Amino acid sequence: MAHESTSANPKVNYEYRRRKARDEMRGQVTSFAMMIFMTFIAFIIVIADFDKFYAFPVLLVLAGAQVVLQLYYFMHMSHKGHGTAALFLYSGALIAFVTILTFLTIVWW
Amino acid sequence: MSTVAEKRGFLAVLWDYLTTVDHKKIAILYLVSGGFFFLVGGIEAMLIRIQLAIPDNDFVSAGLYNELLTMHGTTMIFLAAMPLLFAFMNAVVPLQIGARDVAFPFLNSLGFWLFFFGGIFLNLSWFLGGAPDAGWTSYASLSLASPGHGIDFYVLGLQISGAGTLIAGINFLVTIINMRAPGMTYMRMPLFTWSTFVASALILFAFPPLTVGLFLMLFDRMFGANFFDVTMGGNTIIWEHLFWIFGHPEVYILILPAFGIFSDIISTFSKKRLFGYAAMVFATVLIGFLGFMVWAHHMFTTGLGPTANAIFAVATMAIAVPTGVKIFNWLLTMWGGSIRFTTPMLYAVAFIPSFVAGGVTGVMLASAAADYQYHDSYFVVAHFHYVIIGGVVLGLLAGTHFYWPKMFGTMLNETLGKITFWLFLIGFHGTFFIQHFLGLMGMPRRIWKFLPNQGLDLFNMISTVGAFFMALAVIVLLYNVVITQIKNVRVGNDPWGDGRTLEWAIPSPPPYYNFKQLPLVRGLDPLWIEKMEGRKEMTPAEPLGDIHMPNNSFIPFVMSLGLFIAAFGAMYQVDWRASDGADYVWSIPVLIIGMLITIGSMAVRSLKDDHGYHIHKEELMDDHDDKGGRE
Amino acid sequence: MDMNQKYTARTWPESPEKTTLEGKNKFLGFWLFLGGETVLFASLFATYLALKDKVPGNDHALAADMFELPLVFIMTMLLLTSSLTSVYAMYHMKNHNYQKMQTWLLITVFLGLAFLGFEIYEFNHYVHEFHHTFTSSAFGSAFYTLVGFHGAHVVVGLGWFTLLLVRNGKRGLNLYNAPKFFTASLYWHFIDVVWVFIFTVVYLMGMVG
Repeated sequence: MAHESTSANPKVNYEYRRRKARDEMRGQVTSFAMMIFMTFIAFIIVIADFDKFYAFPVLLVLAGAQVVLQLYYFMHMSHKGHGTAALFLYSGALIAFVTILTFLTIVWW
Repeated sequence: MSTVAEKRGFLAVLWDYLTTVDHKKIAILYLVSGGFFFLVGGIEAMLIRIQLAIPDNDFVSAGLYNELLTMHGTTMIFLAAMPLLFAFMNAVVPLQIGARDVAFPFLNSLGFWLFFFGGIFLNLSWFLGGAPDAGWTSYASLSLASPGHGIDFYVLGLQISGAGTLIAGINFLVTIINMRAPGMTYMRMPLFTWSTFVASALILFAFPPLTVGLFLMLFDRMFGANFFDVTMGGNTIIWEHLFWIFGHPEVYILILPAFGIFSDIISTFSKKRLFGYAAMVFATVLIGFLGFMVWAHHMFTTGLGPTANAIFAVATMAIAVPTGVKIFNWLLTMWGGSIRFTTPMLYAVAFIPSFVAGGVTGVMLASAAADYQYHDSYFVVAHFHYVIIGGVVLGLLAGTHFYWPKMFGTMLNETLGKITFWLFLIGFHGTFFIQHFLGLMGMPRRIWKFLPNQGLDLFNMISTVGAFFMALAVIVLLYNVVITQIKNVRVGNDPWGDGRTLEWAIPSPPPYYNFKQLPLVRGLDPLWIEKMEGRKEMTPAEPLGDIHMPNNSFIPFVMSLGLFIAAFGAMYQVDWRASDGADYVWSIPVLIIGMLITIGSMAVRSLKDDHGYHIHKEELMDDHDDKGGRE
Repeated sequence: MDMNQKYTARTWPESPEKTTLEGKNKFLGFWLFLGGETVLFASLFATYLALKDKVPGNDHALAADMFELPLVFIMTMLLLTSSLTSVYAMYHMKNHNYQKMQTWLLITVFLGLAFLGFEIYEFNHYVHEFHHTFTSSAFGSAFYTLVGFHGAHVVVGLGWFTLLLVRNGKRGLNLYNAPKFFTASLYWHFIDVVWVFIFTVVYLMGMVG
């Protein structure tokens, strides 16, 4: 069983990893705060009763940003070794987009 | 295989196959059950052609005719063509990439049993009140109006077998991405592996829309939902879109692996490296991508509007470009090669013009304006049979002859193989070429009978005679299989003599661990490279060591059986509610019991550790290659 | 290789979910599955958008009549927070701190249960206050199917976490169960991703018009 991180001095390596993990955790808490903040804005936009031509794009951008945070920080897609996963997820997202576009445009009666 | 089986006793062999997680045995399971459904679908086709042989025929009733055409299409696509392709993928792809196993052996077995029980469930409709009768596309406006349980069998059966297909697709993707032997880069993978990879990606994205469509249909028919009921605000076009978002990629799921089989066969029997390998790979990926962007060409006459029709028409025509690239690459692979016309090669050579004919009518149909004329006529029937038989079925027959020695260790008789080929090819063109003209003359598809003296009599008769040639070809093939297995003449690693890829570097059939030592891949067509340097086998990439193997398991069978049982409950609870609880009281308990069996077996799988076992290297050293044998 | 080998925080590998071949396969296979799930939910969203407010008569309630922002807000906060708690659990998994991982996963499960409770209350509310049922209109069918599919995913996620916690309650972390915990948490995050679109597209955009 090979360990991925074999430094000459396991203690240094271990402490380095702990620190890295802590830093990452801090980033994740920050992105959580941002997600909460964006959710607030989204709800406020609806309560403030903006016209839908302004509200819809903003709401969708906020949702998109939240999902990016969720994918890249919570689901670790920012880490190495997620290339294939990203390729397939984005392929799925493209097909998802085309499907929804179709149902919004050419399904009308 | 039969001699060993006799020694071991029938029950032991049966249990072995029920619990196996070995991809080579699962391949045989797919081949046998896919072959069975191919025969069932073939018999349905023969009944259709007999009914249409003469005008105003009364051989079958109108209702039965609708059931026959529905079940013919559904069976051939879902239960014959796909499983038969899975048979070759399972048998060959792990060997081609130099893997000891697939990524998820347990899920591989689960995928097979889900497909199998779904297929059985669908076909039980014949005995339980009538088969589905709304066409294989099962458009909602027709299928909601269909009385009885036929459509319910369709929905539940395809839901179960579709889950199996999705699992199989994910399994192949991960196997190809993660399990390649040292040196086997993506651009060294044989074309059959590449096309399996792309087809599996299509499965991953195409089956979820079908799942959703089937769920909506299931909710509408069995639980009172209103997705497709216009009087309640529903919309039947939703089904059409969901079905074709799945249905069009499905066509490529079928044809791409066939392209892969032909690519390998053509380069093997031309004794040449595949011409334009990189272009072939690129074309395969591009076809896979474009395959998702064209589904609405099945719906030109639905009234999507000129803009949508134009976009989808152009996208559809664009697919002709990568397909053309492939056709020319196959021709140029043969050009200047030292060609041997073995049975698989005959199929490959015949495939090229047959498939081009189907492609050309495809471009004709892609022209939205002209499609209003062809739509729902025999021209369409001729087109898709040229693509599916001229492409997929010829590929499956070629693959059967080509890979038979690798799967079973015996060689199908070449003379009988060539007889099968000629009977089938003549029969195929005889049946379907003439149907182009029937369509252009105005014969609508899916009609039960036609009137005499309208100029349709002779052509329909010719078409039926052609169908009998195809039936004869299949009978010869079955005879060939039987006598080959009775004679049981064993063959070595590379029975065709010109094998280029890794599967021909190991015994036929391979030992259950495939490779004693993982091979070192030094380029495209790795075995050929070694042969050119005077070696007979691959250079190992690792010292002999212990091999980790998965345990057999009966759980996939039970898990699938649970869904099969639950499906009956889901279906008959409609009658239970219609009768105010007087009849079919067993339906809800059966639904619950079935689901409990499935969930319970999932829990058992989850709670019980399964670490597999190791084959020790001492055993491997005792095991001599020349024995072969998967037992 | 012994799957049950004991590890300490110091010998524990950096990416325990991807250290074994089984783990690697599971990790990739699960991501691919999520790619397929994306298309599954897209089909459900597309159907919902095509059938939104499509009802057979004027007396049927529409989206803007029914939805209540406070309820959706609470549900959103619950699910978002549960996403963070499962991130915490994975942080401790990677540090080989089994007890803390269990605690955070347990909190995740409770937050998920609370979310489910609110969802059941919500559905019940629509059925009794507005006679908006699964069978009352195409809108009803599409709404309950989309949101219900998400709810079913929550149920499966909770069941998965619970089963893992029960099964591995006394064994501690090893390279056999680490990938299982990791994929279950990926699944949980994906459920949250879907919810982000549900509260935006179904509820917020439904309220706007």
